[in-house]
Amino acid sequence: MKLAGFLLLLAGWVIVVTAVILLIPVNARTIFLFAGVAVEIVGLTLVIRSNPLAVGEKD
Amino acid sequence: MLLPITEIVLIVVLILLAPFTIAGLSLINTGLGRSRSAAHSLLSSLCIFAVASGVYVICGFAWQGYIGAPAHTFAAAGRQWNWLGHGPFFLRGIEFNGTSISFAAWLQIFSVGLASLIPLGACLDRWRLSAACASTALLAGWTYPLFAHWVWAGGWLAQLGINAAMGHGVIDAGGSGTIHAVGGLTALALAWILGPRRGKYSLEGMPTAIPGHNAVLVLFGCFLSLFGWLGLNSAGAILFTGAAPGRIALISINTTLSAAAAVLVAVVITGVRFGRPDVSISANGWVGGLVASSASCAFIAPASAILIGAVAGALVTYSVEWFELHLGVDDPGGAISVHALGGIWGLLAVAIFASFPVPLIDVGGGGLKGASDTGQALAQIVAVATLIGFVLPLTYGLNFALNRIWPQRVALEGERQGLDLYELGGGAYPDFVTHSEEFGQFR
Repeated sequence: MKLAGFLLLLAGWVIVVTAVILLIPVNARTIFLFAGVAVEIVGLTLVIRSNPLAVGEKD
Repeated sequence: MLLPITEIVLIVVLILLAPFTIAGLSLINTGLGRSRSAAHSLLSSLCIFAVASGVYVICGFAWQGYIGAPAHTFAAAGRQWNWLGHGPFFLRGIEFNGTSISFAAWLQIFSVGLASLIPLGACLDRWRLSAACASTALLAGWTYPLFAHWVWAGGWLAQLGINAAMGHGVIDAGGSGTIHAVGGLTALALAWILGPRRGKYSLEGMPTAIPGHNAVLVLFGCFLSLFGWLGLNSAGAILFTGAAPGRIALISINTTLSAAAAVLVAVVITGVRFGRPDVSISANGWVGGLVASSASCAFIAPASAILIGAVAGALVTYSVEWFELHLGVDDPGGAISVHALGGIWGLLAVAIFASFPVPLIDVGGGGLKGASDTGQALAQIVAVATLIGFVLPLTYGLNFALNRIWPQRVALEGERQGLDLYELGGGAYPDFVTHSEEFGQFR
């Protein structure tokens, strides 16, 4: 799940970069930019949730 | 570009202040760690700075470059996008005769040293010295120069103004994103990889308080940091955003006000919640205010600086607890909250509060950086998206791979003894008695 989260983070960033570089109409670019950010948020959530909560260990 | 002599003198003084950030952060980290790892923490700080400056001079600055220096570009949609510097290694090609690029290289050695020190705060008491040096080489040699090129050396984030009509492109005068968020996200990646300190969490998963061993070091470090930040923010604003030297008074006032507001908010919040102000969280609030002020320091009104600092103080105060309690991230120095979240907030604050005089520094080589403030918010959001979507996976991947080759966490025995004794053979405070009973119940 952690790997999937990091892949989603990268995918979101690629969407953002592609929107900025390739799209010229402002509305379309803004929509895709925020779509990329949304994908990043999902990815970050996955990464965080896949990190197991720390617990102590018995001696 | 040759600078006038008065500007040279001014920039020299400002850059000479910058190492105080490194000294201050080193003291803060050491004070927030355990006494049995204090000497190790300070020696790690020295070694990290040494490795960072060396690697950066060897190859980092070549990849980072400077505005107008040679760079790799690609064409897309009829526009040229600059993505990586390709100057010569070992700072060859720089004329050290008063050129702005020579001062930028000098300032950057301290900046990369500061960025490299940030992860140490999150990895205190369990990060091997040799692994810290190896990890620093990755940060100073690749991750930091790459993002710094994009923001400060005419890279694609700086070009968003001229290429995509997004305001003036990404603005980050003092390094909220370039220094602090990059360092803070690396700290988060390393905290995940290393895991928490033994004894930090109970068998039920509840965090145990492990207070810093020396509040005086921490608070003295806060004062030292202010000096450094005044130099770092002022020199960065002049060299990387083209702010007029006459703005130094405004930059200094804004930096100070932001830190002041942040620490007061942290003191009040912890005072109300816990009955008494918490020293370590308040100190983190102070540094968080400094971090958040960095990006916009030259382009905001003093009242805005107070607001930015206040938000940073609250953000740091609550996020320290959130990371520890809800995410299971053991961050003894508060590095993730202070530098990653504070830095991201600083970048976003530019979009909310800043207004820009024109002309700013020219990154396109053929015109102003951007003629209007319209779209500045989008540019800053793209920078934050790049930090979270690219820098975090990159730095996690690099350190994960390094951890497979060169384990970063010290052995269990090292944590029991303390890193001073285990890795250095002697403690910082030889007269202190080591209490071993805290390992009776937990590891």
